[in-house]
Amino acid sequence: MQATAKKTGQAKLGSLEELEQLRGELTAAVDPDQTLIVVCHGTGCVANGSPGVTEALKKALADAGEDIKVVPGIKTTGCHGFCSRGPLVIIKPAGIFYQQVKPADAEDIVAQTIQKGETVERLLYKHPQTGDTLSTTEEIPFYAGQQRVVLQNIGQIDPTDIEDALRAGAYAGAAKALTAMQPSEVVEAVTKSGLRGRGGAGFPTGVKWGLAAKHGDVEKYVLCNADEGDPGAFMDRSVMEGDPHAVVEGMIIGGYAIGANEGYVYVRAEYPLAIKHLEMALADARALGLLGENILGSGFNFDIRINRGAGAFVCGEETALMRSVEGKVGEPVPRPPYPSDKGLFGKPSVLNNVETWANVSRILERGWEWFAGLGTEKSKGTKVFALVGKVNNVGLVEVPMGIKLRNIVMDIGGGVPGSDHFKAVQTGGPSGGCLPWEDADLPVDFDSLIAAGSMMGSGGMIVMDDRDCMVDVAKYFLGFLEEESCGKCFPCRLGVPRLRETLVRFSKGEGTAEDIDDLYSLAEAIKMGSLCALGGTAPNAVLSTLRYFRDEYEAHILEHRCPAGVCKDLITYSIDPEACTGCHACFRACPQNAVSGEKKKPHTIDESLCIRCGMCMESCKFGAIQVV
Amino acid sequence: MDIDIDEIIERYPGKPEYLIFLMQDIQAAFNYISPEALTLVCDHTGVPESQAYAVATFYGSFSLEPKGENMVQVCLGTACHLKGSGLIAENLMRSIGLEEPGTTEDLKFTVETVNCLGACALAPVAVVNGDYQPKVTSPKLMKKVSKLGSE
Ligand SMILES: Cc1cc2nc3c(=O)[nH]c(=O)nc-3n(C[C@H](O)[C@H](O)[C@H](O)COP(=O)(O)O)c2cc1C
Ligand code: SF4
Ligand code: SF4
Ligand code: FES
Ligand code: FES
Repeated sequence: MQATAKKTGQAKLGSLEELEQLRGELTAAVDPDQTLIVVCHGTGCVANGSPGVTEALKKALADAGEDIKVVPGIKTTGCHGFCSRGPLVIIKPAGIFYQQVKPADAEDIVAQTIQKGETVERLLYKHPQTGDTLSTTEEIPFYAGQQRVVLQNIGQIDPTDIEDALRAGAYAGAAKALTAMQPSEVVEAVTKSGLRGRGGAGFPTGVKWGLAAKHGDVEKYVLCNADEGDPGAFMDRSVMEGDPHAVVEGMIIGGYAIGANEGYVYVRAEYPLAIKHLEMALADARALGLLGENILGSGFNFDIRINRGAGAFVCGEETALMRSVEGKVGEPVPRPPYPSDKGLFGKPSVLNNVETWANVSRILERGWEWFAGLGTEKSKGTKVFALVGKVNNVGLVEVPMGIKLRNIVMDIGGGVPGSDHFKAVQTGGPSGGCLPWEDADLPVDFDSLIAAGSMMGSGGMIVMDDRDCMVDVAKYFLGFLEEESCGKCFPCRLGVPRLRETLVRFSKGEGTAEDIDDLYSLAEAIKMGSLCALGGTAPNAVLSTLRYFRDEYEAHILEHRCPAGVCKDLITYSIDPEACTGCHACFRACPQNAVSGEKKKPHTIDESLCIRCGMCMESCKFGAIQVV
Repeated sequence: MDIDIDEIIERYPGKPEYLIFLMQDIQAAFNYISPEALTLVCDHTGVPESQAYAVATFYGSFSLEPKGENMVQVCLGTACHLKGSGLIAENLMRSIGLEEPGTTEDLKFTVETVNCLGACALAPVAVVNGDYQPKVTSPKLMKKVSKLGSE
């Protein structure tokens, strides 16, 4: 790919034809049969050391001499999704999938795979159940069960190279919209596609656009919500890092459809790589005339600016986000008026989530009919989930809406380590709830999740097993929300702490059955009285865990016992004398000197000194520390 | 300090909507926002000091006090929480003499807790001076931190 014309030499594109001509030239300049080494440089793989792997591969290629056709055929991409197996290296065109690659493996990859076309056995993925060695991405169940639409280019393209994005079809949808469609036709296409917002609430995107579009010829704005505040969700991060042009393109389409000339992306500051890649994408798109004045000769002007978030979860809420972009304290304001009437700077505005914008690009590229054919009747398309927690294949997965929970967790996710089922799956982040194993056959779409007492949310899917305590989980989410409440309205400001305090007491084994009843009425009041959805959905964590795991609450309150062994006040640490080797590691780690024992003999813990910090357990390599 | 505050102020037009941008750049350059810097920002953007103060205290990433030489962030997002990051944060703080997230008296360390760094597959995660520490444990993190402290 490096052999092609550099983008700096390319003049601004003045028409659809010029764009397509450039795309053709770029594509023709690349030999699809050429060997290419793709290294994942997503956040997960980078943290696991992929930059060192890339360097080692480059060196190994250089050391191997001139006759290697591929030099410098190394491409770094965004997250491939299978982060728990990183660093990942894919050899194209064969699609050989190497996982957990270390710099020391580079020489073997070059010598065996690049030079001889053989695979390096030890780097291949082994099926956890059958033990089979699988060589290519397509064979791996994690990928085989997915349908990639939003993520289609991620892991394929170099996100810092607009030419690579163009080869993959970037800006084709925007070009079509701007040059061949009326704005109203664009709104209609998005409406007919059935796309619903991916930021959580699932509001129909085309309908939202129509509301802003009808204001006619006034100043308007489009915004991208890239705050991704839900803990446990990282799909927006991966999309921005791995395919920033998909977001930019979607926003151009949205701006054209509603008649806005300015766009804002509000990205959380914790995502520096996403910000960097977006900035590069904007600069490159501007250089090619895909942003700015008279885009592709269509007469449409549009540009995008980035705002960095400043660390407040509530700023993901649409009205709070707009105030933050204005430079103010990010507190929600009551609706109506809705942002589509009076949004940023008091002007009609449309805010959509990162994944929503990326979907818009695909819809315009391939047509609404195609999109409307994916998913279920009321939830069209695919959804990207961040599958994390107690599941074998941790990572990002994209599946058609309506797929069963069981398929996601047990098939694509490879199941729960050491168990044949999950205890619960938490969806929807702090606004959502926990689904039990009994719901394994639930179709995953907007409406059935809500009916089951949870929510789609932004797509975090946290798998829990028997060692996870539901009282603790509910307490955790309430603690999060208490901290993140903006405090503007009193049901949320006062009610959420009250809910949490009750749960804190439960986690200490205090409380009565009546307290549970009181929780329900408090939850009702908070739901009804809160100004924004942060407070409005805060009780969900308690209500859904109570609904499915009431026995666990009762074990805490009535029997003073934490069945999962999590709640500090109800557990004790001890050492299994059979498993203990007397290695002394826990002895050295314990800050309380609660461990005693001679070297090479079983150790013991003095319960009265133990503060349950877990240090002994973390330092024991033999799994000898038990919690009851 | 070799960073020029005036240079930062001049980066953005004097409009209220650039208040947060300016405060972010100052925070990044100086590790905190001093009262003098806050006044300069207000003069430039035309925002009343009371409002700038409200903004500075509302957002988690701003600090009106100097931060430590070394920054440790422990993720308390859901995935990390389930893998014990709460205990890891507590253990780290206890070992360097902090009762809650904040800065040590000798200004050596600032410990912050954050809600999800978007690297949940590597949970539990901590970030030490910008470097991600995947699958971190209390002993590993404490070792890393005590090494920094003795530098
Ligand atoms: C407290 C709170 C936090 C939110 N955080 C986010 C977020 O981080 N990202 C997001 O896209 N939407 C978030 N939302 C939803 C937005 O308010 C809004 O509905 C969404 O961005 C609209 O885009 P969509 O229609 O494309 O989903 C949040 C809502 C609330 C109440
Ligand atoms: S519900 Fe909570 S977060 Fe939302 S406006 Fe009220 S106090 Fe603020
Ligand atoms: S660390 Fe484990 S094996 Fe070693 S002495 Fe302690 S309990 Fe025994
Ligand atoms: S970061 Fe490499 S697979 Fe996710
Ligand atoms: S929960 Fe810690 S990185 Fe996401």
